[in-house]
Amino acid sequence: VLSYVAGLGWFLAMALPPLAPRTYMSENAMGSTMVEEQFPHGERALAYGRDFAAQKKKAGGIPVAWLEKTMWGLGLEVYKQPFARTLPFPDESRERYMVKGTNVYGILRAPRAASTESLVLSVPCSEGTHNSQAVGLMLALAAYFRGQIYWAKDIIFLVNEHDLLGMEAWLEAYHDVNVTEMQSSGALGRAGAIQAAVALELSSDVVTSFDVAVEGLNGQLPNLDLVNLFHAFCQKNGLLCTIQGKLQRSDWDTLPAYAHSLQTLLLMVLKQGSGRPQGDHGLFLRYHIEAITVRGINSFRQYKYDMTTVGKTLEGMFRKLNNLLERLHQSYFFYLLPSLSRFVSIGVYMPAFGFLILVLVLKISLLRGGPKLGPGGLWEGVWGGSLYFPDCPRPGLLALVPPLVVCHAAGLALYLLPVLGQRAATQHFPVSEAEAVVLTLIAIYVAGMALPHSAHRALPGGGSDRGWMTLKLLALLYLAAQLSCAALLNFSLGFLLAATMVPAAAAVHPTGPRPVLAALLVLSTPAVTLLLGIFLHRELEERPAGLAEGWQLFLQALAEGLLQHHLYGALPFPFLALLTYPCWLLLWNVLCWK
Amino acid sequence: AAMMAAGPLLLLLLLLGAAGPGLGAAGPGSGSGSGSGAALREELLLRPLPAGDVAAAFQFRTRWDADLRRGAVSHYRLFPKALGQLVAAQGVRELHLALTQGFWRTQSWGQPPLGAPAGAELWVWFQDSVPDVDKAWKELSNVLSGIFCASLNFIDSTNTVTPTASFKPLGLANGTDHRLLRYAVLPREVVCTENLTPWKKLLPCGSKAGLAVLLKAERLFHSSYHSQAVHIRPICRDASCLAVSWELRQTLTVVFDSFTSGQGKKDWSLFKMFSRTLTDACPLASESKVYVDISPKNKEKELLEVTPTPTSVHEAVVQGDKRTYAVYDLLSPSLFNSSRSLNVQLKWKRPQDSQELSTPVLHAQRYVSGYGLQTGEISTLIHNTHPYRAFPVILLETVPWYLRLYVHTLTIITKGKENKPSYIHYQPAQDRKRPHLLEMLIQLPANSVTKVTIQFERALLKWTEYTPDPNHGFYVSPSVLSALVPSVIAMKDVDVEESPLFASLFPSSDGSSYFVRLYTEPLLVNLPTPDFSMPYNVICLTCTVVAVCYGSFYNLLTRTFHVEEPSRGGLAKRLANVIRKFRGVPPL
Repeated sequence: VLSYVAGLGWFLAMALPPLAPRTYMSENAMGSTMVEEQFPHGERALAYGRDFAAQKKKAGGIPVAWLEKTMWGLGLEVYKQPFARTLPFPDESRERYMVKGTNVYGILRAPRAASTESLVLSVPCSEGTHNSQAVGLMLALAAYFRGQIYWAKDIIFLVNEHDLLGMEAWLEAYHDVNVTEMQSSGALGRAGAIQAAVALELSSDVVTSFDVAVEGLNGQLPNLDLVNLFHAFCQKNGLLCTIQGKLQRSDWDTLPAYAHSLQTLLLMVLKQGSGRPQGDHGLFLRYHIEAITVRGINSFRQYKYDMTTVGKTLEGMFRKLNNLLERLHQSYFFYLLPSLSRFVSIGVYMPAFGFLILVLVLKISLLRGGPKLGPGGLWEGVWGGSLYFPDCPRPGLLALVPPLVVCHAAGLALYLLPVLGQRAATQHFPVSEAEAVVLTLIAIYVAGMALPHSAHRALPGGGSDRGWMTLKLLALLYLAAQLSCAALLNFSLGFLLAATMVPAAAAVHPTGPRPVLAALLVLSTPAVTLLLGIFLHRELEERPAGLAEGWQLFLQALAEGLLQHHLYGALPFPFLALLTYPCWLLLWNVLCWK
Repeated sequence: AAMMAAGPLLLLLLLLGAAGPGLGAAGPGSGSGSGSGAALREELLLRPLPAGDVAAAFQFRTRWDADLRRGAVSHYRLFPKALGQLVAAQGVRELHLALTQGFWRTQSWGQPPLGAPAGAELWVWFQDSVPDVDKAWKELSNVLSGIFCASLNFIDSTNTVTPTASFKPLGLANGTDHRLLRYAVLPREVVCTENLTPWKKLLPCGSKAGLAVLLKAERLFHSSYHSQAVHIRPICRDASCLAVSWELRQTLTVVFDSFTSGQGKKDWSLFKMFSRTLTDACPLASESKVYVDISPKNKEKELLEVTPTPTSVHEAVVQGDKRTYAVYDLLSPSLFNSSRSLNVQLKWKRPQDSQELSTPVLHAQRYVSGYGLQTGEISTLIHNTHPYRAFPVILLETVPWYLRLYVHTLTIITKGKENKPSYIHYQPAQDRKRPHLLEMLIQLPANSVTKVTIQFERALLKWTEYTPDPNHGFYVSPSVLSALVPSVIAMKDVDVEESPLFASLFPSSDGSSYFVRLYTEPLLVNLPTPDFSMPYNVICLTCTVVAVCYGSFYNLLTRTFHVEEPSRGGLAKRLANVIRKFRGVPPL
């Protein structure tokens, strides 16, 4: 208990100044000198943006020909890349199923460089009038950049259709791999190894603040120096910049300030834990390309900045990135940000998780070396159990096989059936395909709880005290191992799961007060964690969701999780379905042992 | 020609056109150095590129009617002594050195006048009398490194290869034993003013007079591409080819970008490009000409307007295309009559229509695919855009040893079908000694894209082998494509001496095709790199300290000590012994 409290306490303390030092620029090439930005084409950016919006309306999609012509006129090498992808099931929130699109990009060839390195400025071309200013600004920047001679790296200006899908298609084609089932065609121009990327989203003529999104696919984060770079230029140009939509407060010692940074930190943990890319940059990280998404926000603040200032900020960032001699590698890759100017490094946040896992480790050692089992070692306890329990001759191994198999079969069903069975489901029930997938998912999930209650009793020797203890031991070991692995790859996911599952896992016992334990266990299932996470997220964003809305969001999140896995190879869904859920079922088994 | 009979790869030799029509075999001993006949020709070719940029190619050719091989030459006039002595001392038969900054974008600029890879490239044919080619190569590269102020001394066995088919002698040769050839590329080499200055000093007129006044470093490096080269080769002295002359060609190619300096306007003048104009020819030159490519596109009448009026118009078939050149002869007195200086100007009569770039017949692209730091794949796309002719191409890949190629994964795919190369030469790498060398002869069907892929594994280097900037990545030198591309228009056999210089370095073997050598882009590959920050250094240091301490302690502890008997007598005894030895008596 103490350890658990210590773990949570440590986590809460991470938002405090002593544990979260100020960020600093580690990269030599970016730190010492400031560039002088001279971008003058703010008006031109708006004009391009209006043109683009008009052309987009006319073409009813991305105006490929117009973009090609404009980029060519600016002196870029222009390429287009058509792609097509059929989703495993229709995406209801974005209304798409069979997606066809085209990415258009222009390459600014750096003079006297051999196209070995490049930078990317990407702008999603989304539906409606959204984001046309970003395209305009990108074109104006391209026009300005083209006239400069100091470029040492090629710069790719990319307009991608269908946001993440287009981005995935482009990245796969650029790196000539096929991770998902994306089809794309066309000869591609390339510009060597991409060193860094910035995704820009902007939907108004003026901005009041910039929000930066860092969390990428599977909770990967870009190098902290890239975030620092953005922060430095925002400060230089006097732009307000936020992270997770939260401004940082100047007073660090007060309680409200602490609460504020804790909120920011929690938001980051929730977003990172979801394993979902928070912007177009998220997919770059798989290819070891540092990337962030920058969103221009126009709210009701007093100060507004025009396109020239915004352009200058981006120009400064690109010139600094152009100065890079090596890939960004100096600063941290694992961090949490309680605000833009403070960070928690991996060395500081890992103890919080360590304390939580310590609970499991203590419990395991108790089970192994507890008074009932005697002083035998772990494996002696498991395999040589008959020595200490002469009354049940061969417990342990055989009795454990059925629950293990059943639990993992349930997990596998959870992973495979929703997508495979959608056709059957739509034929037999009056639901749409997307609904069918989500409902099948929930049905299997709940059915899993009912399934394996008495599996162990099929074999002789089951049902003994010795049996459930071995099972619990196994389940705890399993849980501890998978949580540690998850925390190494995606700290937030590991921590969230640990925070909810550890107490229930430690407490579960077939002889205790069963209703209480059952409630505790149900509260700690991954699905309930997800639901709670959604509520917490909305709460932190200061738009609390009602019960019904929360349920809708929950359904959406389930569908989204599945889609993310199939479209971009996100790992949380298979992790939860194939590992965590079976493990939780094992614990459920322990509870229902008698 | 007679020399072509040598060597087992007759086909390849024929393909590459080892020697031109005007060149015959030179008998040994023919034409000893009579010494003095030397001639300089200088030439500037201005060529508007399809993308709106302008390429300027300088060529300075010094031809010397003496045989450097004799080693008896002592009086140098036009030929630079530094190079002449080097050729004589190291037994060089042919030397080609190119220093390039930037990458020639074949797809938008068309075929290069003289291809060169990014960085430094050096290939040398040695005389068959050279006893140790590797030693001569090492010395040669070190001397050249000093002459041209370039890091050519980094050429060692890890980046030197001996291609069997890609590089043939361009000059007179009576044998193509490829063991006499060495080839190396340094893709990381940065070319700048310090390389240009020694190059200019080799010119007979320096940069004082003639075309060379335009070579102002400040402007030359304000461009998108800069390539300077030195080619030395033996050629026939006359048509009968009984004596050998030596030819030194110094070439310099620059591409000026219309966007960075012209503010969108694509009109050009010599002054705008070089911030100088021409006032006279080099007094030592026997020929000094400026060519401006004014070939009309798509049968339309002149898009380009050139002022002042050229002295003559020259028509030639260059690289399979009929081209028209406006020629300014700087030696003709009429040119400087009206004005004191010559400032050639190009004006577009109407704006160029967009996106009607004619893609060249042969172009290629290379890239690394895959992600992660364990394995990867090198892919090369070779395009043949000729509408109906297939032709073979020789692909040369040099890959450093730390990318371990899986040769069984080599696939060549054209139009969805596997394309079997008719010749493969593979020399595997040796760790820290030798790079991979892969040469293939691939048939490219008409109008096709051929994809050559090979997978590799990234090796872990020793911690001292990383460069100071390991996270920048490691360079892989460009692959070389050599091909005889069928031309659309039949070419006439022309006299090499008479035709402009830019057309005569690679002589064609017959009238229906022309030789093209293309270089792809160099690659930048990331290797698994340890975090060279403090913990890593501490680990390395402590390991070293522990190893040293442990070693010496172990040595001390395990060694058995003997008490050595002190030698009595010292010097006196030794002396006595010496004397006794002379006397034949056993020593004390």
